[in-house]
Amino acid sequence: MIALADFLILGAVLFCISVAGIFINRKNILILLMCIELMLLSVNINFIAFSHFLGDIGGQVFVFFILTVAAAEAAIGLAILVVLFRNKRSINVTDISSMKG
Amino acid sequence: MTAALNHLHLFVPEIFVASMICIILLVDAYVPKAINALTHQLSQATVIGAALLTLLNQPTETTLLLHNTFVSDSLSVTLKMAMYVLMFGVFVYSRSYLQQRGLLKGEYYVLALCALLGMMVLASAAHFLSLYMGLELMALSIYALVALNRDSAQSSEAAMKYFILGALASGLLLYGISMIYGATGTLELKAVSDVIAEGKAESKLLLLGITFIMVGLAFKLGVVPFHMWVPDIYQGSPTAITLLIASVPKIAGFAMLMRLLVDGMSGLHSTWGDMLIILAVLSMALGNIVAIAQTNIKRMLAYSTISHMGFLSLGMLVGTNEGYAAALFYTLVYALMSLGGFGMIILLSRSGFEAENIEDFKGLNKRSPWYAFMMLILMLSMAGVPPMLGFWAKLAVISQIVNAHMYVLAVMAVLFSVIGMYYYLRIIKYMYFDAPAENSPEIEANTDMRWTLSLNALAVLGLGLFPHTLLQLCQNSL
Amino acid sequence: MNLETLSLIIVLAPLVGAIAAGLLPLSRTAAHRTTISGVFIAFVLSAFVFYQVTILGHAPFADGAYTHTLYQWLSTGGLSFEIGFMVDTLTTTMMVTVTFVSWMVHIYTIGYMKDDEHNWSDDSLGGRNSYQRFFSYISLFTFSMLMLVMSNNFLQLFFGWEAVGLVSYLLIGFWFQRETAVYANMKAFLVNRVGDFGFLLGIAGVLMYFGTLDYQTVFSALANTPDEYTTKTIEIFSGTEWSVITVICILLFIGAMGKSAQVPLHVWLPDSMEGPTPISALIHAATMVTAGIFMVSRMSPLYELSLTASSFILVIGAITALFMGFLGLIQHDIKRVVAYSTLSQLGYMTVALGASAYGAAMFHLMTHAFFKALLFLAAGSVIIAMHHKQDMREMGGLKKYLPITYWTSLIGSLALIGFPGFAGFFSKDAIIHAVHVASDGGQAGATFAYYAVLAGVFITALYSFRMFFLVFHGKEHMDEHTREHLHEPSWVVTYPLIALAIPSVIIGAIALAPMLYGNYFEGAIVMAEGRNAFPAADFHGVLSFVLHGLMLPPVYLAAAGVGLAYFLYGRESAIPGQIKSAFSWLHKLLEEKYFADRFNEIFFAGGSLKLGSFLWRIGDRNIIDGFMVNGSARSVGWFSEKLRYVQSGLLSQYAFAMILGLLFFLVWFVHG
Repeated sequence: MIALADFLILGAVLFCISVAGIFINRKNILILLMCIELMLLSVNINFIAFSHFLGDIGGQVFVFFILTVAAAEAAIGLAILVVLFRNKRSINVTDISSMKG
Repeated sequence: MTAALNHLHLFVPEIFVASMICIILLVDAYVPKAINALTHQLSQATVIGAALLTLLNQPTETTLLLHNTFVSDSLSVTLKMAMYVLMFGVFVYSRSYLQQRGLLKGEYYVLALCALLGMMVLASAAHFLSLYMGLELMALSIYALVALNRDSAQSSEAAMKYFILGALASGLLLYGISMIYGATGTLELKAVSDVIAEGKAESKLLLLGITFIMVGLAFKLGVVPFHMWVPDIYQGSPTAITLLIASVPKIAGFAMLMRLLVDGMSGLHSTWGDMLIILAVLSMALGNIVAIAQTNIKRMLAYSTISHMGFLSLGMLVGTNEGYAAALFYTLVYALMSLGGFGMIILLSRSGFEAENIEDFKGLNKRSPWYAFMMLILMLSMAGVPPMLGFWAKLAVISQIVNAHMYVLAVMAVLFSVIGMYYYLRIIKYMYFDAPAENSPEIEANTDMRWTLSLNALAVLGLGLFPHTLLQLCQNSL
Repeated sequence: MNLETLSLIIVLAPLVGAIAAGLLPLSRTAAHRTTISGVFIAFVLSAFVFYQVTILGHAPFADGAYTHTLYQWLSTGGLSFEIGFMVDTLTTTMMVTVTFVSWMVHIYTIGYMKDDEHNWSDDSLGGRNSYQRFFSYISLFTFSMLMLVMSNNFLQLFFGWEAVGLVSYLLIGFWFQRETAVYANMKAFLVNRVGDFGFLLGIAGVLMYFGTLDYQTVFSALANTPDEYTTKTIEIFSGTEWSVITVICILLFIGAMGKSAQVPLHVWLPDSMEGPTPISALIHAATMVTAGIFMVSRMSPLYELSLTASSFILVIGAITALFMGFLGLIQHDIKRVVAYSTLSQLGYMTVALGASAYGAAMFHLMTHAFFKALLFLAAGSVIIAMHHKQDMREMGGLKKYLPITYWTSLIGSLALIGFPGFAGFFSKDAIIHAVHVASDGGQAGATFAYYAVLAGVFITALYSFRMFFLVFHGKEHMDEHTREHLHEPSWVVTYPLIALAIPSVIIGAIALAPMLYGNYFEGAIVMAEGRNAFPAADFHGVLSFVLHGLMLPPVYLAAAGVGLAYFLYGRESAIPGQIKSAFSWLHKLLEEKYFADRFNEIFFAGGSLKLGSFLWRIGDRNIIDGFMVNGSARSVGWFSEKLRYVQSGLLSQYAFAMILGLLFFLVWFVHG
């Protein structure tokens, strides 16, 4: 029997990986988008685990919404990425730093 | 089934806006040259219609509907009305600016109205789900709007930054929500509040949840250290979009604070209050100090936003209804001033020229005494000089802090406000005491923009002379 | 017409004049006619109100009230901001004094500002309507001062306080093409900010502990349950307990120190002489600078509860009274001598406040308003005659050219030094007597104050008559051209001199009995048990007061001062020069004004100046000129630089900052 804590730990580990990916990665913006996706999934694991152990369906419904939003988010993110690439000819994270100070 | 549809009239404004978005989308696609006037008029009509519907369908008491996901109370009515007013101003100010740059497309109106719809849902959220959906609808629309100028490297860079950081913030917020869900076993804000009050929730999980949620909130508000996106996005977006970002979403940010912290987690006030203290002090300090060093006026106003949001948090952290009323007052006032301030920047711009540098305001008094005076009112108000509206907003917040015996905080608030005065006054100095640059452009704007902008600035002065009305409204909303 | 309406008209009449002269395109004549009528109306009505309230003893407002709220501006959280009037004997005295002196100064200004266009460069915009502008300012000042004295709450008091300050800055810097005027203007502004900071904190303290800004509510709370407030303490630095009342009193008094130019916030007043002379008479001698004195008298119910604050006031006042007098001895500018004498006299009033002799302070305030305005206007008359030269070393022997100025100056000087029977004699003796009583009562600092004010009498006489002899007697030092054109200025100048000379002689004898010994200020001023130095039983008529005065040291000290002045300056002796070279260090000390400017530059104004220049440096010079022009952020101020550096533009660092913030919160709130 897998305990609630195990799911939560899995969620937390995935979450940490994704967060670390966002600020350690200095190469490719696509990887950032992947990390964001991963982060939402880790949250989903939390929700489903809680939902299961609490016997409350609400958490699972929430997950469906998150998945939908994640899809929309990916669409917009990729669209912005395309625009960015057209303008800068680069999707390197370090190249998008013209505004600062 | 019928239970779900009870009180549905309270949801009519949202339905109306959603339907109008679809209609505008179709009209823009199929009616030739609709963008020249019809789309704009329809969008304005949407805002006005929503305002009328909101006024007609006011709740007599706090009412929950749609399976307790949606709440309608006097606060939501006030917030929505403020959003309509601001949105109306945004549409008026933006039109010719976008037109001159070839950016006036149906997407702009559709996305802006989508953002409005998201914010309306946010203002009425009674459930984590509706809150999240409203938030994302607003955020996704705004990400796209920031990238509206597809040929600008700066805009797309800003959009990318905003998108990544925004997604990170909503990830953190969601993680927090999942923790609260785990601790309380419910997603309804009211029920969450009850469970916390009964003390039945797992306290470690709750603390973990509130911390993550606070970070998500702090990002949306743009308070230090979650403020990094603000200056870049303000600078990078087309000014018309900056105008939108700087005004209406501030109301939504306040709505989010109220719904999450007060409706949902008032039992954890001691924790989130302390967090807000840190955020507020850091924001006021950093915002005001770094703003001094700015040369780009949009960036400067971005840092000023950060400091103002810190000030707003001061009103929230008191944890009393009077405190929330003061914060609401501050939000409304700030949004109004911000609308006017960016409106002025748009006014000074013309095709091929962005009035982005503070120096572009040099000698404005010689070129146009009336608008220099309008800008004077706005800047004085932002600086918090009596009798402008901004002064009363600051006073309302500070007096609440003093009432709560947080004197050190009050002194800091005053101190940073005084430091902040410097950069507002510098603009006034440029306008009145410096000679205009060679071949500075004539001010050209259509009539509705002139009138609305003048009205906007004069409202800051006029309401400042009689602050009672607005303050009373805020107090009654809570 | 009821007194509510009258009070409103009194306040608004000068305001209407100010707006008309300032904003409408009036001719010079129309401008001065409008403003003078406004002030005249205010004066006549003030006199009527004075008659009603003070002479007949009627309560001014409905139901026997002394305070009346005109308009409630805003009410928030149980706190309301109102505009209203409190009209009692204290107020009416101030109203009549302010409007009368202001009226005189208005008339005098016609003559003084007649040729003002010569003070401006030809192409300057400021010179074109300077005449109208000047009248607008002084009327605006009258309005603000009336708002200040007639206020019935702290907020309006603060409004008036800042408004008179604003007009004062406008007028000090009136000739803004002169470097020195601009500098003096800035100095006055900065020094007053220090005072205002204290004042504002004091008002905040009142609000905090009394929950209201209304005078009447505060005073009745103090009268009904004094113990509740005297026992309260506040911990400012950890481990030290301060009485709340003392803290509030001292904070409010710091405001008064700024406005009434008490050491060490006095430095702006001598420099304010850069403004036109009518202003020096009206604002920087007769009325505005007494706002601090008035305020403390008004707050007497508060100050009577703190002996510590009283002693603080006493010592500050005594230092000002004596040491500022010394400075008057070495000045060459005629207006500066009068300015230092004003400082010293303000010190006297402050001493009286510290000794709880509020009545005596108000008495001296009133007599001083008349004779000091007279002295300033006489100095102005001399300056007009001398073609705007102010150095006394270029004068001398003016007696035969300016007879009216000569005699009125003599009256003013005699009143100032306290010649028996003249106005200043009564008020100054009263103060000295009060301090003596306080000293006998064992109040801390009172003995020092007593000797300081006694010595001050001698110094006052010495510098007053030094000026008098240097200007009007002795050899004529002016050049030929000036001498040929020397003549008495026109009637608009001389009439106000005469009109002010009369009260300078008689007002003391008239007001002595009621103001000091009678119940003139009953209800308006509160004195603690045993603090009244002037019980009615001690009074045996004006004549006996004068005779009694003749047996006390001040008269002889004053006589000695005059005698010494005559010996040193009246007979053209070489002694002053010898003294100067023998005690050069002392002369240097006085010349540098005790290094007070240096002190202030370092401790007060310097701080703000440095901050200002720092902000200017990083803001204007480095960012715009340095950063933008040279493309380098190197020279930006260190702090701002470091903070901006954090905003690196790098996405990963932004995310990192958020995560750091999150971790901080997690550690602080969840783990801790």
